[in-house]
Amino acid sequence: MTVTEVGRARLRKEDAHLITGRSRYTDNITLPGMLHLAMVRSPFAHAKITSIDASAAKSSPGVVAVLTGADVAAQQGSLPNAWPITPDQKAPAHPAIAVDAVAFAGEVVACIIARSAAAARDAVELVDVSYEELPVVLDLEEALKDEVLAHPDLGTNKSATWVFDSGEAGTGKPIAEALDGAEVLIERTFYQQRLIPAFMEPRSTVVDPTGEQITVWSATQIPHILRLMLALTLGIPESKVRVIAPDVGGGFGGKLQVTPEEAITVLAARHTGKPCKYTETRSESLMAAHHGRAQVQKVKLSATKEGIVTGLDVHLLADMGAYLGLVTSGVPILGAFMYNSIYKFPAYRFECTNLFTNKAWTDAYRGAGRPEATFAIERLMDELAVELGVDPLAVREKNWIKHEEFPFTTVAGLEYDSGNYEAATAKALELFGYDELRAEQARRRESNDPVQLGIGISTFTEMCGLAPSRVLGALSYAAGGWEHAQVRVLPTGNIEVVTGSSAHGQGHETAWSQLVADRLGVPFENVEVLHGDTQISQRGLDTYGSRSLTVGGMAVLAAADKVIEKAKIVAAHMMEASEEDIEFADGKFSVKGTDQSTALGEIAFAAFSGHNLPDGFEPNLDSDATYDPQNFSFPHGTHLAAMEVDTETGRVTIRKYVCVDDVGVVVNPLIVEGQVHGGLAQGIAQALYEEAVHDDAGTLVTGSFVDYLVPSAPDLPHFTTARTETPSTTNQLGAKGVGEAGTIASTPAIVNGVLDAVRHLGVKDIKMPCSPSRVWAALEEAKMTGGVQ
Amino acid sequence: MIPSAFDYSAPATVAEALGALADAGDDVKLLAGGQSLIPVMKLRLADPAMVVDLGRIGELSGVRDDGDALLIGAMTTHHQIANDPLIAEHVPLLAKAAATVADPQVRHRGTFGGALVHADPAGDMPAPVLAADATFILAGPNGERRVAAADFFRGYFTTAVDDGEILTHIRVPKYTGWGAHYEKFTRVAQQWSIVAVAAMVRVEGGTIAEARIGLTNMASTPVRAAAVEQALVGAPLTREAIATASAHAAEGTDPASDLNGDAAYRRHLAEVLTKRAVIAAAGL
Repeated sequence: MTVTEVGRARLRKEDAHLITGRSRYTDNITLPGMLHLAMVRSPFAHAKITSIDASAAKSSPGVVAVLTGADVAAQQGSLPNAWPITPDQKAPAHPAIAVDAVAFAGEVVACIIARSAAAARDAVELVDVSYEELPVVLDLEEALKDEVLAHPDLGTNKSATWVFDSGEAGTGKPIAEALDGAEVLIERTFYQQRLIPAFMEPRSTVVDPTGEQITVWSATQIPHILRLMLALTLGIPESKVRVIAPDVGGGFGGKLQVTPEEAITVLAARHTGKPCKYTETRSESLMAAHHGRAQVQKVKLSATKEGIVTGLDVHLLADMGAYLGLVTSGVPILGAFMYNSIYKFPAYRFECTNLFTNKAWTDAYRGAGRPEATFAIERLMDELAVELGVDPLAVREKNWIKHEEFPFTTVAGLEYDSGNYEAATAKALELFGYDELRAEQARRRESNDPVQLGIGISTFTEMCGLAPSRVLGALSYAAGGWEHAQVRVLPTGNIEVVTGSSAHGQGHETAWSQLVADRLGVPFENVEVLHGDTQISQRGLDTYGSRSLTVGGMAVLAAADKVIEKAKIVAAHMMEASEEDIEFADGKFSVKGTDQSTALGEIAFAAFSGHNLPDGFEPNLDSDATYDPQNFSFPHGTHLAAMEVDTETGRVTIRKYVCVDDVGVVVNPLIVEGQVHGGLAQGIAQALYEEAVHDDAGTLVTGSFVDYLVPSAPDLPHFTTARTETPSTTNQLGAKGVGEAGTIASTPAIVNGVLDAVRHLGVKDIKMPCSPSRVWAALEEAKMTGGVQ
Repeated sequence: MIPSAFDYSAPATVAEALGALADAGDDVKLLAGGQSLIPVMKLRLADPAMVVDLGRIGELSGVRDDGDALLIGAMTTHHQIANDPLIAEHVPLLAKAAATVADPQVRHRGTFGGALVHADPAGDMPAPVLAADATFILAGPNGERRVAAADFFRGYFTTAVDDGEILTHIRVPKYTGWGAHYEKFTRVAQQWSIVAVAAMVRVEGGTIAEARIGLTNMASTPVRAAAVEQALVGAPLTREAIATASAHAAEGTDPASDLNGDAAYRRHLAEVLTKRAVIAAAGL
């Protein structure tokens, strides 16, 4: 078939309305008689609620009702955790409105329902809540001791311990063998700071309870999962709930959640019988929307003197925060299979302890588990190179899987379908000017230049396209990983594509149009993509884990293929030929060896009119497909960062950033480029800028963008991006995921580069974010301890 | 982000504004560009009963030549300060500092006088004004009074402006021919200064004849780096001499510790940034 659209850098269909302000976000929705909500939130990180006096708030002008946890205790259920990673996983009840106690600062203790947003906000201060403060546990090492408990009723801070052991799993040798016999042993502790997803559009929900169904508009990544979970949590028949995700302004995993505020808005709408809207402020979003990362990684890497890695032992402490959200408990597990990354060593053990603290709960944040794993192994490969006194790229090359060795079953038990680390690295080195920069680095060291240069390397892979339902089931995840699509050829020949993968900025409308235009041989403009409404897209598992194209896109192609098969039947009937003789190309069905042909549109009209169809043929030309892949996809790449460190101020500057990503076959290079740039920005942000900081009482200190430093365009360098293309062998298009690649790869590249710049001055490690004051302090400490090698 | 309810008045003249202030009693705030006041009200960290908006008082805006000084209206925006030809010629330090304030939107709304009266220790305009020995002209119920910059900044967010008074103009002496530089240190582009240094130097035949240096965010108020200024007078125009003098930059400062760095780091930064500011101001 002529390929005209796949591979083409189409401008996005979505952008015209976004750029001209004609988009409709949840907060833009206004319904007749709509009421407005405001939340009363706990100022304490851990406290008993001894009493709530809402009388003054109730009599405040415009206030319709005030709901407390006690008022809704019978209806609110417990918010869902869909990933019990062990059969004995412990989890506290998670009420949308706290009833007896609060376990983090920002937890909702009451909800004001009023005729205007201003009236609701005014009444917040009138709710008199009495608290009895309880001791807080905030630090993971402290939490592990179980001396202060985040939830005294649980009796422990430990939610679950999950282990993978290559010896036991039969995927490799026991780790003890590798560690005991190690010629070189690198032992490190890395800290993954707590991050805040910081999506552009704060969360917002509108609920209309006045129709046959309860209609919920929400700024969510997961309308389908939300529908199911709201029904289960609140005890409403699922068929009575319709969820719509209108334009959604980013998520990054932060909107992969069933939130207290969504449940509360449904409860308020049912309580009052009127439409209700809740839109959070940015302060509330930073405080109470789920956070990400927050892990301590204790890692041991064993190797031979020649630099061959023989084993990796990972002990992880993972901060759940105060509750288990939708996939909180599973985030570390998503990393568990990635610590071995692109390398082929024989022994691996991973043990993770999930711990409760009195902070906002953590959950998926772009990369979810995989950035942490990649950071650890890529930092360790650099440390191994330093230990052995060899080039960090040479150490990597010695250990990585060679391109001719694919498919390759890893020590973690995954089968990597394809990859070519040599090709990506070679291209990156060429674009980077590696040798020249190494020479400049040597000169700067020699001349004791106040600005030192370092080179950071990250050769990464990830598992994405979440995905095979059987694998997710084996990991105790409650749902599957398939995706659904429908392709409808309208009587006019225009195409409607319905996708269960709900976009929130990814550009599905454009990419899916390109896929279908090629497959059905119709103009790109004639394809309309519908999504984000459970009444329009009846089945779906939504958007996260870089799964949209490799799962949702394949479902679209499968549905299109079924349409073609159906159309062939009609074409054969219309042209009085046998089905076997019908060929389809460029939107036309022709009879082999003749000049007879019929266009797709004509067939669609015939199928619509039903006047002359083969016996038993169901009128209309449309088809459904549900696609469940056999495997994840494994994009990879080589990222190189030239980092300048001003030793006088500690300031770190990215002088040059080159990334060569291999995401398989690309549908739209412009969208891929955008994903890479955004991903890099977020990964660099973790390395250099962002950290959620709490004070000793558990109050979020970085409670606004004044203190939670999200970098913007002036803070980021020009990125040199390029691609190699090693097709995936597990889907018909050969595509891999790209949504998280930049985030996963860039963080260790940056930190490796910073350390490479100052290691000769005696600096051994710097915690993220590598802020100027931290870098300067590390340099000062090295001076004091005479740390120069 | 909804402020508490408040009354609002938008007088057209300074006299009317003074009247509105007098009528409002204690619980009143003056609104200039609103780039600090409005966020603080939306966060309900401030909930004045009355807001008097100075935005319609034309006489408070603009820059004019006043002999040996420039007379700058308090409602002149940062954008205007950064782009005004008189300022570029006579007090370029102000233009350079104003160009670093926040982002273009804020610079088009935020005002020179508003920023000075707000007196945020991390704000960028107080240190240059202090270095320039400007004079603050205040209108009050008893007429006009003038306050020297050295007496104007009293502490965190506190100035010599009394209740019932309005800052109308700032009179900044001319430093025609001086070299100037504002060296600002932040972690991300749109951030308040962690430390910043405002420097002006007059060079005469290969030596520094005079220097004026103000430090941002090194105490609860802007401070002059007096020891550096003295050490620079008569110093040769070399990086080494400037570095030696700049080692005094943290003397007499009292910086805070926060997420961006502790006091020791800020003292260190003050020295490094002073060196860089003076080198840049001297055109080295």
